[in-house]
Amino acid sequence: MSEHTQLELLEIQEPGPWRETWYNLKKNRGAMTGLGIIIFFILLALFAPLVAPQDPLDQLIEARKIPPMTDGYILGTDDLGRDMLSRLIYGARISMVIGIVSVGISLFFGLIIGVVSAYYGGILDKIVMRVIDIMLAFPYILLTIVIVSILGPSLTNAMIAIGISQVPKYARLVRASVLAEKENDYVIAERALGASNLELMFRTILPNCLSATIVQTTLGVGEAILSSAGLSFLGLGAQPPTPEWGLMIASSKEFITNAWWIVTLPGIAILLAVLGFNLFGDGLRDILDPKMRS
Amino acid sequence: MKDTTKNTNKVLLSMEHLNFSFNIQRGVVKAVRDLSLTIREGETLTLVGESGCGKSVTAHAINQLNPMPPGEVVSGSINFKGRDLLTLPMHEIEALRGTQISMIFQEPMTALNPVFTIGSQIADVFMTHQKISKQEGLKRAVHLLDLVKIPSPETRVHSYPHQLSGGMRQRAMIAMALASPEPGLMIADEPTTALDVTIQAQILDLLNDLKSKVNMSILLITHDMGVVAEMADRVAVMYAGRKVEEADVFSIFEEPRHPYTLGLLNSLPSNQKYKGARRLEAIDGTVPDLLTIGEGCPFCNRCTFALPICSKEFPGETVITEEHSVWCHNHKAVEEIIAK
Repeated sequence: MSEHTQLELLEIQEPGPWRETWYNLKKNRGAMTGLGIIIFFILLALFAPLVAPQDPLDQLIEARKIPPMTDGYILGTDDLGRDMLSRLIYGARISMVIGIVSVGISLFFGLIIGVVSAYYGGILDKIVMRVIDIMLAFPYILLTIVIVSILGPSLTNAMIAIGISQVPKYARLVRASVLAEKENDYVIAERALGASNLELMFRTILPNCLSATIVQTTLGVGEAILSSAGLSFLGLGAQPPTPEWGLMIASSKEFITNAWWIVTLPGIAILLAVLGFNLFGDGLRDILDPKMRS
Repeated sequence: MKDTTKNTNKVLLSMEHLNFSFNIQRGVVKAVRDLSLTIREGETLTLVGESGCGKSVTAHAINQLNPMPPGEVVSGSINFKGRDLLTLPMHEIEALRGTQISMIFQEPMTALNPVFTIGSQIADVFMTHQKISKQEGLKRAVHLLDLVKIPSPETRVHSYPHQLSGGMRQRAMIAMALASPEPGLMIADEPTTALDVTIQAQILDLLNDLKSKVNMSILLITHDMGVVAEMADRVAVMYAGRKVEEADVFSIFEEPRHPYTLGLLNSLPSNQKYKGARRLEAIDGTVPDLLTIGEGCPFCNRCTFALPICSKEFPGETVITEEHSVWCHNHKAVEEIIAK
């Protein structure tokens, strides 16, 4: 090489995977709107005591059913004189926790079941998948109700029930991607260089299957918020006086004709939160799935 | 070709009468039949043959990467440093993989994990076998990338496979295979097939260079006689799961005794007799279906030297010199052709 003139090389900074995702995300308006809504709710949840003007449980009998924007109540009060705005802000806290915890439960078990089942295959895979089929044969809300009925109605149990009832969805999704991924040469190559089964499953194959799972997880949080609101509405989730959005709708539905805000505002909050996660999830799908990229 | 002073080193790996089959729905595919190979320390043995003749199955049988089932070792043994690999428990095989037996794969495009940087993949191999930190692993990865002549290795360790060209990825694969603490045997399964010729030559040089630096043995699998000439100390020619000829590299090129070897050599464009000729000579026909193969010589339907006995039984070994053996009923006829 020494006789040749050395070629002048330019330093090229290749974008890492995070920066690339962020770059694509910024171009996607829906995803950015979704992300904005999610961040808004997460901030509300984190700083609820600082943001909320009053204690969400403080009742003031003289100030019942005050309409929004009067007497200093921005969003009015409910039938027991509690400040709606404060209740909605604390409700965000509960909904975010429910969304994240229950999806965490489904994701944890779903990932393990899906990866192990697909990796080992054979009789194990057959048994696991039939059990999953049985779980999927139950209507989702029915399955959740059954689990809550067994555990007893409370917010914690509602999270567990929602989490468990969603496990099959994640297990199937992960299994399908692992099945496709495990036949790749790099898996054999890493096995040939001494990687154990455990390493192959969770260090080699799993990271290649995450993009579909990330999308499903994001959409799942919205779904879990909706389900928990549903369960609370049916009296199987949060119990009064917890400021849970679904419960707020349930306990004020008779006022829809004379005090619309008490029942409508929690509904709008649910709508916004779920919309945020769905928008963001859809945007992520467009970005992470190479087939959807234009 | 290079000098081959006769290698009298210790035998590193000896495969004895290996029979490997795949039990599939349609029947039993006898992918490898009665195959014996020996690899000495510091030696390069090449396995030559066309696609589907059992080369890769043989290589994968050594570190047991064939899917089992449907794969099955029917009989035989593979001795590596005095231990029979086929009877070792799985965790001991796993301990050998990547430490004493490394492997380079055919497809550099797919044999690297797309979601990790090549540096962290190489570091992972180190960390599987030794207790070192990620930092230390990455430092050694830089060193290896430098060894396989990847330009500016300090920045390249942080590259993802899709940011590298085919040749660079193949080098990265080699670097990964070298990340073993005591490489004894390197199995290279068609390491240059997917590359263009200039890169091919560089990779082969690199392998030769590394071989002398770290004193490893190479089992090189290829269908390219040019690669054989460049790399081999000894050559085993395989056809439809059988070894049909084995010799040192000079004898294979100058005095082939098997009609199939002769056919392979005749189909090389560099062959002397093509000076001025317009067409290459091909071997007519294709490899028979391994499912339906009988006890006869598998090459007899394509062989211009075939005798009636060829379709009935597989010939025994004919020793020509100490280093050269052939399995053919009619090797005398080939010898006469060569002599002319």
